[in-house]
Amino acid sequence: MSVLVIAEHDNSNLKVFTLNAISAASQIDADIHVLVAGNKCENAAKEVAAVPIVKKVLHSDSLNYENYLAENLTPLIVKLAESYTHIISSANTFGKNFMPRVAALLDTSQISDIIKINSADTFIRPIYAGNAFATVKSNDKKKCVTIRPTSFDPAPNSGGSSSIEKIEPIDIPNVSKFIKREEAKTERPELGTARVVISGGRGLQSGENFKLINAIADKLNAAVGASRAAVDAGYISNDHQVGQTGKVVVPELYIAVGISGAIQHLAGMKESKVIVAINKDGEAPIFSIADYGLEADLFEALPQFLEELNKLNTIQK
Amino acid sequence: MKILVAVKRVIDYNVQVRVKEDGTGVHTENVKMATNPPDDNAVEEAVKIKESGKAKEVIAVTIGEEKTQETVRKALAVGADRGIHIKSDSYLEPLGVAKILKKIVEKEKPDLVFMGKQAIDDDCNQTGQMLAAMLGWAQGTFISKIELKDKVIEVIREVDEGLETVEMNLPAVVTCDLRLNEPRYASLPNIMKAKKKPLEQLIAKDLGVDISNRIEQLKVEEPPKRKGGIKVSSVAELVSKLKNEAKVI
Ligand SMILES: Cc1cc2nc3c(=O)[nH]c(=O)nc-3n(C[C@H](O)[C@H](O)[C@H](O)COP(=O)(O)OP(=O)(O)OC[C@H]3O[C@@H](n4cnc5c(N)ncnc54)[C@H](O)[C@@H]3O)c2cc1C
Ligand SMILES: Nc1ncnc2c1ncn2[C@@H]1O[C@H](COP(=O)(O)O)[C@@H](O)[C@H]1O
Repeated sequence: MSVLVIAEHDNSNLKVFTLNAISAASQIDADIHVLVAGNKCENAAKEVAAVPIVKKVLHSDSLNYENYLAENLTPLIVKLAESYTHIISSANTFGKNFMPRVAALLDTSQISDIIKINSADTFIRPIYAGNAFATVKSNDKKKCVTIRPTSFDPAPNSGGSSSIEKIEPIDIPNVSKFIKREEAKTERPELGTARVVISGGRGLQSGENFKLINAIADKLNAAVGASRAAVDAGYISNDHQVGQTGKVVVPELYIAVGISGAIQHLAGMKESKVIVAINKDGEAPIFSIADYGLEADLFEALPQFLEELNKLNTIQK
Repeated sequence: MKILVAVKRVIDYNVQVRVKEDGTGVHTENVKMATNPPDDNAVEEAVKIKESGKAKEVIAVTIGEEKTQETVRKALAVGADRGIHIKSDSYLEPLGVAKILKKIVEKEKPDLVFMGKQAIDDDCNQTGQMLAAMLGWAQGTFISKIELKDKVIEVIREVDEGLETVEMNLPAVVTCDLRLNEPRYASLPNIMKAKKKPLEQLIAKDLGVDISNRIEQLKVEEPPKRKGGIKVSSVAELVSKLKNEAKVI
């Protein structure tokens, strides 16, 4: 058995969830190879080579791989797949995009978004927005698996020195063209890996009011999240959305402000270690999963919250 | 231009799903069912394109037991022209669904296939990508904006980093996000009219594709329950608890 992990990177640096995929892969087999396909992505390949549990890096450079178009990456992965029993990546928008395409061409039924590995063929995955956990056994010879990154610790990323093998790029179908990416730049930690997340919902009433959330995020070195309703209303951009159809977060502290607690939202945050809810409706469902609930008007509570934080001598970062 | 839209029947998103005691699945008897939410967006977009004069025909297709026809009827009631129901009494994995859809695509030759980005029951997020792969077509996934141009389609994808714009050759597969549009409601007269629109029925196992399932569901169980917490009476108490009890700040 050998496992092929598909690395996510921005052509210069590795994206952290690749390390979670690598650590998940190590629970299946020790013979872990990682494909780093991109354009002039040598540095990212080197970063993978430094991950001690990685046995080999496959590095393929081509302009066609620059923007990770699934149509272009798939032929390469399918060709390489011959030598592997498992193809693995994260169940984020990167992995979700290309993995089913690979699986279809290998005629294998993909297992999406697993949270636990029982054995090389048996996995646990949430269904129905996390309202049920299914234990599933794959009978396919080759397995295409996407892992929920927050369910697997990242693999240590220094000290290793595996070999880097050059892989020739192969023909692409030429059916799609990347135009542009609008990335929301922020100095704050990434939502998926932040120790603290503070999210705002429809209760915030406007994008302008998110400054109340941002002030606390800055104080706590937190990432800022949002409910779908807040994104739909245009208060904040889509990359902040937490939930069934957004991002999954498992911070040590999750603070939900003006969020009612619909199951689709809970699907993205209910594994958080400590949950705080601030809501003026005492009956809001979010309180049923909150460790600490504060029934209050957020427009009063948030400024007070900031004031109380300012009084503290030290704050964990 | 012809647009094919795939619609799936799922447990309504408002229903609190309950796991069966025997671990074989979730309760579906007497549970409210509905069209998978983003599939409604897929239908809406197709109908809007047709109304703009850029498409001639919108075909809604579903795969599943007899009752899944309801989803096609609903699509017909909001403007799809005709429907196809492929009957299958057993659950099919996205791989099998995609193979069946491929057969339908080969027969109907649409220029675009619209689907939801994710079914809210199995949460697989696979079928559209699989279909695109099998057809060798471009795929636009998690789409919140569509612009039809001459021979190409430009889409905006919602990705973890933000937004991505991609141009695809036609024919292509598009999987829709809820933010793509605001699906309309069916009016009563249109629901009545929809009953007269053509709905063809085919049998899945007669289509000559291998739709065997590859994954065994060994067990379905409830996720661990969170212990209920406490209500605090002031912000000061909250901060003190977070600092001294939970030790997270
Ligand atoms: C297929 C599907 C997928 C979905 N995916 C997601 C997802 O990924 N993520 C997600 O979040 N949602 C998702 N949703 C939407 C979800 O069902 C809810 O509609 C949404 O989460 C509600 O957002 P909200 O809590 O901000 O708004 P609301 O439900 O409107 O709640 C607002 C809350 O703010 C409180 N409030 C108002 N004013 C104040 C104030 N001044 N002070 C304090 N509290 C106040 C109110 O009491 C209320 O509880 C999905 C829905 C569907 C159908
Ligand atoms: N049985 C089905 N019948 C029709 N369309 C389906 C079916 N299953 C999945 N789809 C389509 O594929 C999309 C993604 O489903 P999934 O890959 O299961 O998350 C759905 O939103 C539908 O558009």
